Amino acid sequence: MLTLRDLKPGERGTVTGYADDDPPGRLLEMGLLPGTPVEVVRRAPLGDPIDLKVRGFHLSIRQHEAQRIQVERL
Amino acid sequence: MPAPTPSAEVRTRRIALAGNPNVGKTTVFNLLTGLRQKIANYPGVTVERKSGRLVRTEHVEIIDLPGTYSLNPKSIDERVAYDVLVGRMDGEAPPDMVVCVVDATNLERNLYLVTQIVDLGLPVVVALNMMDAAQEAGLEIDVHTLSKRLGLPVVPITARSNVGFDDLRAAMAEQPEPSTEAKWGLMSAVDDPVQRLMQQLDDEVPGLPERRRQFEALGALTSDPLLNPWKGRAPGFYQAVLDTRADLEERKVPYRMAEMTGRYGWLSPLAADVITRRKDPSEQTRSDKIDAVLTHRIAGPLIFAAILVLIFQAVFTWAIPAMDLIETTIVALGSGVRSIMPNGMIEDVMVEGVITGVGNVLVFLPQILLLFFFLGLMEDTGYMARTAFIMDRLMRRMGLSGASVVPLLSSYACAIPGIMAARTLANERDRLITIMVAPLMSCSARLPVYTLFIGAFIPVGAFFGFIGYQGLAMVSLYLLGTVMAFVAAWVLKRFVFKGSASMFVMELPPYRLPRMRQVLWRMVDRSKAFVVRAGRIIFGLSILLWFLASFPKANPDPAVENARAEVQAAYEARIDSIAAAEGLSAGELVARGPMDAVNRVEEQRQLQLDELAVENAGRQIRQSIIGRLGRAVEPIMRPLGFDWKISAGILSAFAAREVIVSTMATIYSVGEEGDGEPVLLRDALKADRYPNGEPVYTPLVAVSLMVFFVFALQCMSTLAIAHRETNTWKWPIVMWLYMFALAYVFSLLVYQGGQALGIG
Repeated sequence: MLTLRDLKPGERGTVTGYADDDPPGRLLEMGLLPGTPVEVVRRAPLGDPIDLKVRGFHLSIRQHEAQRIQVERL
Repeated sequence: MPAPTPSAEVRTRRIALAGNPNVGKTTVFNLLTGLRQKIANYPGVTVERKSGRLVRTEHVEIIDLPGTYSLNPKSIDERVAYDVLVGRMDGEAPPDMVVCVVDATNLERNLYLVTQIVDLGLPVVVALNMMDAAQEAGLEIDVHTLSKRLGLPVVPITARSNVGFDDLRAAMAEQPEPSTEAKWGLMSAVDDPVQRLMQQLDDEVPGLPERRRQFEALGALTSDPLLNPWKGRAPGFYQAVLDTRADLEERKVPYRMAEMTGRYGWLSPLAADVITRRKDPSEQTRSDKIDAVLTHRIAGPLIFAAILVLIFQAVFTWAIPAMDLIETTIVALGSGVRSIMPNGMIEDVMVEGVITGVGNVLVFLPQILLLFFFLGLMEDTGYMARTAFIMDRLMRRMGLSGASVVPLLSSYACAIPGIMAARTLANERDRLITIMVAPLMSCSARLPVYTLFIGAFIPVGAFFGFIGYQGLAMVSLYLLGTVMAFVAAWVLKRFVFKGSASMFVMELPPYRLPRMRQVLWRMVDRSKAFVVRAGRIIFGLSILLWFLASFPKANPDPAVENARAEVQAAYEARIDSIAAAEGLSAGELVARGPMDAVNRVEEQRQLQLDELAVENAGRQIRQSIIGRLGRAVEPIMRPLGFDWKISAGILSAFAAREVIVSTMATIYSVGEEGDGEPVLLRDALKADRYPNGEPVYTPLVAVSLMVFFVFALQCMSTLAIAHRETNTWKWPIVMWLYMFALAYVFSLLVYQGGQALGIG
């Protein structure tokens, strides 16, 4: 199952679900819901965290969290 | 709203200010309240409570709530915001209305919070801020439709240029009705059980409006902090919620997502309807272009390092002229007071205690101001978030978080603003670890100590002609503290604060030009808070230390008194002989004015009296309380290379580090009034000898002492702030203990090791 961690900088996708049954509430409140388009803008200079563009703003999360979010490539 | 009758008591209207972080809420608050602000703390928590009076109005109080993305209480900020809005905060009546500050360039996410506040049943006015940025980004917003669909007044403003505030104040004065619109839909699999829970709640706690009931029922279902308060008030409801959770979980209904899916499900089409994009959204914004450079894989960290060097330079080098000026003024003030006031105890307290003590705090003011200036600049432009973004991976390896970078960096100037800055860390564990290690970052107060001892004992010279020994020593001390901070953080994470890893979810706000007036105002405001807080403590301590050093009064030594009398007699004899040679009486000679021979005799007398004064002061210190304490702990301190005088100095420094310099000055009676050559403390230290003739201070002793200062927590103010930020004395005590252990052990290693290697 493709996750946000697998997307490379510049790639876009749509959130399809979560790897576990209890996705972190904070991510959901920021709008990372199934059906949401998301773009991986870049990775931090040291590789972690990553910069995402979602719903018009930039959100930064760690690879650990990115791994829990399932996507399909656009 | 009906006009109050003249005899009626006018009630204060309370208006809460809510909104996401980074939307300019602070600017809005400042513009609405002018300087009529008050900052305090909410009871029992470390969240700041900011309130103020609306300008040009009486009886309207504005409460600035912490910036939150949602009211679901996951963090302490959200808990506080929720409690205040529903009237559950101790001592606070619920607000009469809420002004939600919304970022126009980020409508969907910002409106999430707005729909929650609307569901609480509160009247809301939406302040649609950053209209200038929206226009620049090519966004056109149909405010009218937005207002209709939300059922709320929407006022476009641009806070940074003070645009739209007349309309905003007018909307606030009109007290809108709570919205009957904005009815977002909950998925039916969750809606049905929620409806049943709402009924249950109504049975037990009647009177809550329907929307509020839905908010509470859904909230209790998904969040424990929202459920638990009902245990006592509505036990049937409480149990029903637990049962419902179990049922939904068994049937694998994603009920925890239901609120977010429902709200955004309604907000997305709304945003699409009211926003017209005049620019291609995939086109890079100016902010994106800047980020391409500032967070670039190679350029990013380099630029960050360069900025750090710049800030360091500014805070430690550029501040020096100002610091010297302050120091000179303090000394002049002291002299001035001495010349005015009659000799005696009060004079001593004033000069040595108060003026010197408070002066010690004020001397750091230029550095503190510069530090807060740069911090404010980084926050205002949005660069602060990038520092956390760049550093997170590195910091995590050491048990910290990317967001710890700035609090720790601030601690290089002073741990107090650093510890306060740790509030930005959402994760309690990360925050606590950051607070615990912040004092290890060598703060400004250690500088006078480093400077004194490096200047006195590290030779001037350089490796290869340009890597100066003294500079190297200074840098090594800073490095030592920094490295140990990371080690301590790692140890704390690994062995003390074992627990689940923290989550890092951070918005990278668009870059914005800093508002200099705001940055400067905050710089002054925060510096003032530091000076007042630290100043009070230092003031009290200075008086205490003066007392400890001055009492008990040493009895006049007969030998010294005799010596004094002899000096006076010899002086008088010489004056008489000169007078006789001139054919005058002694009185006429002195009245005639300056004369070489007379001057020389005067100088000699003064020199001899000064020497006796030094001897006397030494005796006084030895007899005093602090002297006795120093001698009492000397056995423990000898293995580190410290004699009783240094021990006394260290003891006094536990109140505030820089105090050791003035304590040593007192011990060596340096800087006394007199016509003689002022003895530099540095020279006095070098000259000091043990009874057997060995020097008290060798370079090794100096290094050992400086290493001790790198690690020991010697600052009452830091302990006080740590207590306030952690709400307990446990952590400050642990902090003090582990840092003292580090100081003792390392100092011991340095001194004994150096002696073993034959350096000492």
